Amino acid sequence: MDFTLNDEQRMLDDTVNRLVRERYGFEQRIRYGREPKGYSDETWALLAELGLLSVPFAEEDGGIGGGGVELMVLHQAFGRGLTLEPYLATVVLGGGLVARLGSAEQRAALLPAVIAGELTLALAYGEPAGRYEPLWIETRAGRSGDGWRLTGRKAVVLNGDGAGRLLVTARTAGQPGERDGVSVFLVDPAQPGVTLRGYPTIDGLRAAELTLDGAELPADALLGREGAAADALEAVLAAGCAALAAEAVGAMEAACELTLDYLKTRQQFGGPIGRFQVLQHRMVDMRIALEQARSMAILAACSLDRPAAERERRIAAAKVLIGRSGRFIAEQAIQMHGGMGMTEEAAISHYAKRLVMIDHWLGDADHHLARFAALPEAEGGLEQAA
Amino acid sequence: MDITYTAEEQAFRAEVRRFLDEKLPRDVSAKVRQGKRLTRDDHLRWHAALAERGWLAVHWPTQYGGTGWGPVQRHIFDEECAAAGAPQIIPFGVSMVAPVIIRFGTEEQKRHYLPRILDGIDWWCQGYSEPGAGSDLASLKTRAVRDGDHYVVNGQKTWTTLGQHANMIFCLVRTDPAAKMQEGISFLLIDMATPGVTVRPIITLDGEHEVNEVFFDDVRVPAGNLVGQENKGWTCAKYLLTYERTGIAGVGMAKAALRHLKTVAARQIAQGRPLIEDPQVRRQIAEVEIDLMALEMTNLRVIAAVQGGGVPGAESSILKVRGTEIRQAITDLLRRAVGPYALPFPQDALEAGGAAAEPVGPDHAAPLSAQYFNRRKLSIYGGSNEIQKNIIAKMILGL
Repeated sequence: MDFTLNDEQRMLDDTVNRLVRERYGFEQRIRYGREPKGYSDETWALLAELGLLSVPFAEEDGGIGGGGVELMVLHQAFGRGLTLEPYLATVVLGGGLVARLGSAEQRAALLPAVIAGELTLALAYGEPAGRYEPLWIETRAGRSGDGWRLTGRKAVVLNGDGAGRLLVTARTAGQPGERDGVSVFLVDPAQPGVTLRGYPTIDGLRAAELTLDGAELPADALLGREGAAADALEAVLAAGCAALAAEAVGAMEAACELTLDYLKTRQQFGGPIGRFQVLQHRMVDMRIALEQARSMAILAACSLDRPAAERERRIAAAKVLIGRSGRFIAEQAIQMHGGMGMTEEAAISHYAKRLVMIDHWLGDADHHLARFAALPEAEGGLEQAA
Repeated sequence: MDITYTAEEQAFRAEVRRFLDEKLPRDVSAKVRQGKRLTRDDHLRWHAALAERGWLAVHWPTQYGGTGWGPVQRHIFDEECAAAGAPQIIPFGVSMVAPVIIRFGTEEQKRHYLPRILDGIDWWCQGYSEPGAGSDLASLKTRAVRDGDHYVVNGQKTWTTLGQHANMIFCLVRTDPAAKMQEGISFLLIDMATPGVTVRPIITLDGEHEVNEVFFDDVRVPAGNLVGQENKGWTCAKYLLTYERTGIAGVGMAKAALRHLKTVAARQIAQGRPLIEDPQVRRQIAEVEIDLMALEMTNLRVIAAVQGGGVPGAESSILKVRGTEIRQAITDLLRRAVGPYALPFPQDALEAGGAAAEPVGPDHAAPLSAQYFNRRKLSIYGGSNEIQKNIIAKMILGL
């Protein structure tokens, strides 16, 4: 058992934290959010330059073969800075799916461009009627000549409106909810039959509704084997959940620091409000929630390469706990900041919004709690894991 | 970063399991599993089995007969013991007074008391709390006045756990009433057979006789029973309170209780179906299981830090707060799982030989409500959870 970072991971941690500290102050974040794509092109280029976009990819794809812990290190820093760049959408979800499903040609065509920061991706997997269930896919893909024809709707696609390419799940067989018959297609957002309606999300990011109205795709738009994408999709979403868990921990750390600082400086009734025991205990409860969340982010990060059944159970557990503790810390932080916590100008309100909204990305606490309760228990717990 | 146990640690776990399988008395573990009351003899048989193997004093240095185990081994041992239904090691001698004697005691005190703890000759209890000094321990009033070679002790202690079985009590007594609160306190070892010591039971809300009041009426204690310096007892007290911290989360016990909860929910029938098939129940169990997973990881993080040479500090207060809340939540679900059969209170069915009594409702139901009420103590004793939060606020948050 060892909860420390190795030398390479520590270097990664230093690099990304320095970047966030120096280039991602709160004012800058507000400014980046106003740029056309909703994030900073310059920061994105810097992430590429520092090699950070290559972290999770295999060496043969031009990456450095990082795993869950590397992902955790990066996203924890992203969470502290509330970064806006589409790392999750492009590298973890989109890139992750290309890496898992793509042929050698498809990987060679896409991944170097992703790693270089030239191509952004978005994963369009959710549907309006599916709520958070990724296998609830009503979008259909049928053969059309040599290629494919797609029809359907995708909901709240993270970074969907700025992406260079979309990865779209569609049914080539089966009924909504079934594992078999799920396929993934690579879609050019500019082509006929594809409509994107982009919008800002309340946590400062951007997303889009996607409509596919008989969009014609070439034969090589299919990623992987026809109808067999469910396992890869779940694995990639698991990585996304682990990334979000780490991001939440970073945001919780910052929210706790801001709140603690406020308790120590804000004067009321002739002294700092932090001398009131009722506020001290609330702050302690926040800190306990943070430590429990950190534990689950670690568990999630260390579970990505476990067998699927075990991984899914742990990821679901992590997402539940992260969703709850994030909301708890957000609500407490606003309350303790008083009126200031309600304002757009206070950084704490942005952390609070991100923390509450992280629960809505990739399945909320209710969704994952129901999954956790339904998933069969893996043999033994940590003690058996070797 | 690697959250799995090493091969050596897993081999150790297997060794502990083998030992438990061979040496834990089956009738005792059956009682633990069924939530029945244990006798003095049940505890002593288990302690003897551990002592024979050299595993009773898990955190003493080896030179005094301890195991010399590191924090991870201690954690594995706790977890396996809880899983096997072993009674908790009664901590007062082994885990509380012994480390103080080892740290502050004279050579003679070490030679006399430590072997007797291992042999089970002495059963210790703790004389800390008083009617007016619970969480505010330093306001204690029991007086000890020096009279030649003796101290004369007058006063009252309370919440003395299993004091009815004990022949020795370690006490905090006030030796200098003029000094400031935490100064002027001494750490004294008292033979319960000394004239003037009276033990009176306190029956708790679950009908249990677990705690006692202890009265001291002109009790003459040899001066040689003072540990450390006179008026410096607070140092001993603090050392004792901070000594054993890795077990404070109670993860092993919570896991065992969670397994029991799942068993009960599977056996319990509601409208013709096992209760565990009710989605609402499944979710409630899932919630507490997830909280427990996070606690286990948090506990392992603290253990790994200690193993790596760190000192467990106020983090253990986090473990205490969460650990007790989670165990209380599990006993709450256990009580609710049996529905109306939470109501019957057949006291005789809880006693050791109570098999004769006809159970009311399902076999597993009898102890659950009593246990639920009993476990309310978890967030009160050992420094209430509010006190733990004060510690975190001060030590971690700097408030």
